[in-house]
Amino acid sequence: MPDNLGTSPDDVQFRFRDDEMVDHAAVTVDAFLDQSNAAAVRIEPGDDARELLPHLGRIKLVEVNFPGFMDGRGYSSARALREAGYDGEIRAVGEVLIDQLAIMRRCGFDAFAPDNELDTADAERAFGLWDNVYQKTTDGRAPIWQKRHG
Amino acid sequence: MYKYDSYDQEMVDTRVAEFRDQTRRRLEGKITEDQFKPLRLQNGLYLQLHAYMLRVAVPYGTLNSTQMHALADIADKYDRGYGHFTTRQNIQYNWIKLEEAPDLLADLAKVEMHAIQTSGNCIRNISSDQYAGAAADELVDPRPYAELLRQWSSFHPEFLHLPRKFKICVIASDTDRAAMRLHDIGIQIVKNDAGEIGCAFYVGGGMGRTPMVAPLIREFVPLDQLITYSEACLRVYNRYGRRDNKYKARIKILVHEMGKDEYARQVEEEFAHLLEQGIEPPLAELERIKPYFADPAFKTDLTEKADRSDDKFARWVDSNCMAHKAPGYVAVTISLKPVGGIPGDASTEQMHVMAELAKEYSFDECRVTHAQNIVLPHVEIGRLNELYGKLAEADLATANIDHIGDIIACPGLDYCSLANARSIPVAQKISQRFADSGKGEMLGQLKLKISGCINACGHHHAGHIGILGVDKKGTENYQLLLGGSEAEDTSLAKITGPGFDEAGIVDAVEKAADVYLAQREEGERFLDTYRRIGMDPFKEALYA
Amino acid sequence: MKILTGNDLLTGLVTWWDGQGWSPHVDDAVDVGEEAETILAREEAARRVNASYAIEATRDEAGKVRPAHIKDRVRALGPTVRPDLTLKPAEPEALNWVI
Repeated sequence: MPDNLGTSPDDVQFRFRDDEMVDHAAVTVDAFLDQSNAAAVRIEPGDDARELLPHLGRIKLVEVNFPGFMDGRGYSSARALREAGYDGEIRAVGEVLIDQLAIMRRCGFDAFAPDNELDTADAERAFGLWDNVYQKTTDGRAPIWQKRHG
Repeated sequence: MYKYDSYDQEMVDTRVAEFRDQTRRRLEGKITEDQFKPLRLQNGLYLQLHAYMLRVAVPYGTLNSTQMHALADIADKYDRGYGHFTTRQNIQYNWIKLEEAPDLLADLAKVEMHAIQTSGNCIRNISSDQYAGAAADELVDPRPYAELLRQWSSFHPEFLHLPRKFKICVIASDTDRAAMRLHDIGIQIVKNDAGEIGCAFYVGGGMGRTPMVAPLIREFVPLDQLITYSEACLRVYNRYGRRDNKYKARIKILVHEMGKDEYARQVEEEFAHLLEQGIEPPLAELERIKPYFADPAFKTDLTEKADRSDDKFARWVDSNCMAHKAPGYVAVTISLKPVGGIPGDASTEQMHVMAELAKEYSFDECRVTHAQNIVLPHVEIGRLNELYGKLAEADLATANIDHIGDIIACPGLDYCSLANARSIPVAQKISQRFADSGKGEMLGQLKLKISGCINACGHHHAGHIGILGVDKKGTENYQLLLGGSEAEDTSLAKITGPGFDEAGIVDAVEKAADVYLAQREEGERFLDTYRRIGMDPFKEALYA
Repeated sequence: MKILTGNDLLTGLVTWWDGQGWSPHVDDAVDVGEEAETILAREEAARRVNASYAIEATRDEAGKVRPAHIKDRVRALGPTVRPDLTLKPAEPEALNWVI
C-alpha cells in the first residue's frame, strides 16, 4: 500500500471549520508512526486510533476511511480522538452517504470527502434534521437529559 | 408507565420525517436498495416472503390500552386484520406496503410508539420481565433502568453500524423470567453487601447458530455508572467485533474468542476513560423516570379467593394466574396459543378486547411476554370470574401457560425469507395432538419452542423440548432437542439424533412426553426428569 | 426453465416476470433463458421490481408453473397456515401444491 494516499482539498464537499485545509496527502498509521514530519494520517477500519494519542500535537488532519458504509469502526475512532482532546480536522472519506452525515458529525467528524458527490440540499437537510439528541458526545450539544435537569 | 415529554415526542416525530424522506429518495432512485435497506431495517421494515414486514417496538413489553387499540387499528388500516407478538416482546405486521410505511409510523408516533431500531446492526428493543411491578421477588421494578437504556441507545451515533444486532435485557430478580443470560448484554439489578443497588452485567449470551450463556463480566456497576459502563461494553464490541463473517459477528463470539477476562479488562480500560467524559445522565434523570413505574393504587381488604366452582375456570386460574406482591391481586397471562392456532397471533378484534380489558381490569396496562402471550399485570382476584368470561368470548381463555400447548414458534417458512421449514403447522399439530389426548394437562410445565431455521428466533435451544426446522435436500425436516432452559438454571438443549419429517416430529414429541410420564418422580417437571435420567431413555424410545 | 421473481418495490407483493412486465401470478412466468441478469439489472434500475432473482422452475402440460424450491412456492401462493390470505383461498388443494 502506498504511503501517500488520501484525499485532497478538492475532494472535501462539506467542512465545518474555517482553518486552512492540509494540502498534502495523508499517510497510513504505520507510516505516520515511523516518520516524524507527517501532519496528516489516514485511519483504516482495522487501525487502533489510540495509537495516535501520544502524537496528537503534530497532527492537523486525520482521515477516517469508510471503505463500506456499514463498517462502523470509524465512529469509535473519531470519538477516541476527540475525547483525547484532538481539535484538528477529522475527515470522513470513502463511502460517505447522506444518511450517515449527522451521526458522523456527532462523533467528531468536521469534514466530509465522499467518493461520490452528494446532493447538497439533501445533505443540508440531513445535517440540520435533529434539534435534540439523547446522548452526550464531544460535539458540544447539550443532550436531552441535560436540558431536562439543567 | 413512561410518558413522553416534549423531547421524546419530538425525537419520534423527527424520525418519522427522516424515514419519509429516505423512502422518497429510494422511490426516486436517489439511493439504491443496498443503501436504503439498513435505513428501513433501523425503522423495523423487513422485506419478507409475501410483503414488507414491520416490527413495532414495545419497549420492555409494556403497553397501555390506547396503544393496544392503536396496534389493532394499524392491523386494520395497513395490514390484513392481525398482528404477531414476538419472542422479543414486540409486534409484527406481515403485509405492509413501503409506500404506506411512513404514514403508519406517523400513526404510531401519535400514541408514543415507534419502530426505531427493531432491526439492523444496532441496539434493539430493551426487554424485561413481563411481571415487572407485580412479582413479589423483584428487588425493584427493572423498567426505569430499561427506559434509561432505551433513550441512551436510541440514535446513538457511535453504535448504529455495529458488526451485528445487539440485544439487551434488564431484570431485577434472581428468578430469570426474561431469558436474561441469553442476551448480548443481560443486566440484573442487585444489592451489594453495603446495601447499595447496582447492576450485574452478563455479556455474550445468545442463541442463533452458536448458542451461548452469557458469562458474568462485572459483578456490580453502581447505578450512577450504568450508562458509562454500557457504553464501554459497546465500544469494545464496535472496535473488535468480527466483521469478516456475518455468522461470527455477535458479541458472544468476541467474548468467547477473546476470553471473558480479557473482554472484561478491555471494558474496564474503556470504562475508566469514559468516566472522565461526563456521559452519564444525572441520577435526577432516573428519579424523573421512576415515578412513571410506581405501584398503581392497589386496593386493600380484597378477597383472596375466586369462585372455583366452574372447572374450566379453575384450571385457567391454576395455569394462567400468577401470585402477586399485592394481596388480593394476581398477574393474568392471556394465552395467544389457542388449541391448533397460530402461536402469538392476535386479530384486530382480539387486540381491541385486550385493550379494553387492560383498561378495565389492570390499571390500563398490559405486557407482551417473550413467550408471545399478553399479561394483565394487576387483576383483582375477586374480578377473575368476570374477566375469564370476557376472555372466553374472544377465544383468549386457553388455560395452558407454560404447558406444552403454550408453544413458542417463530413465523417460519410461511412468512420468513430466512426460514428452511415451516414452524407454525408443526406447532398447530402438536397443540392439537396433546389437547385431544388430554396429555397436555398431565405433563405440567413443559416449554416447547420451535424455530424454522438456525437463526433460532423461536429460541429452540432454550426449550425443555426444542424443534429446529432444517432443509433436507429440498424438503422440510425437523430436529428434536431436549433439556434447554431459559431461566436462571440456563442450559442449552441437546439434539436427540436424526431428524424427522412433519408427521414424525409430532410423534417424536409425543414419545418424549411418554418417556417423561413413565419415568417421572414426585414433583419433577419434564426438564427435571430429563436432567435426572439423561438422553438415553429418550433416544431409545425415539429411534427404537 | 429459468424464471424471474421479486417483490414490488412499493407494495412488497410477490411478482413474476411475464415477459413484458411483472405479474402476481406464478403461472404467468416465462422462461428467460440466458437473459436473466440483463432483465433483472434493467428492471431493478427502473425500480419496477425489488430484491429480484432468478430461480429454476418447471411448467406442466396444463401450463402451471412450479418453482423448484419450496420457499418460492410459498411465495407464489401465500402462507399455508392462512389459506384465506393466499392467492387461492377457495382451493384447499393449493396447499398440497406448495409442499
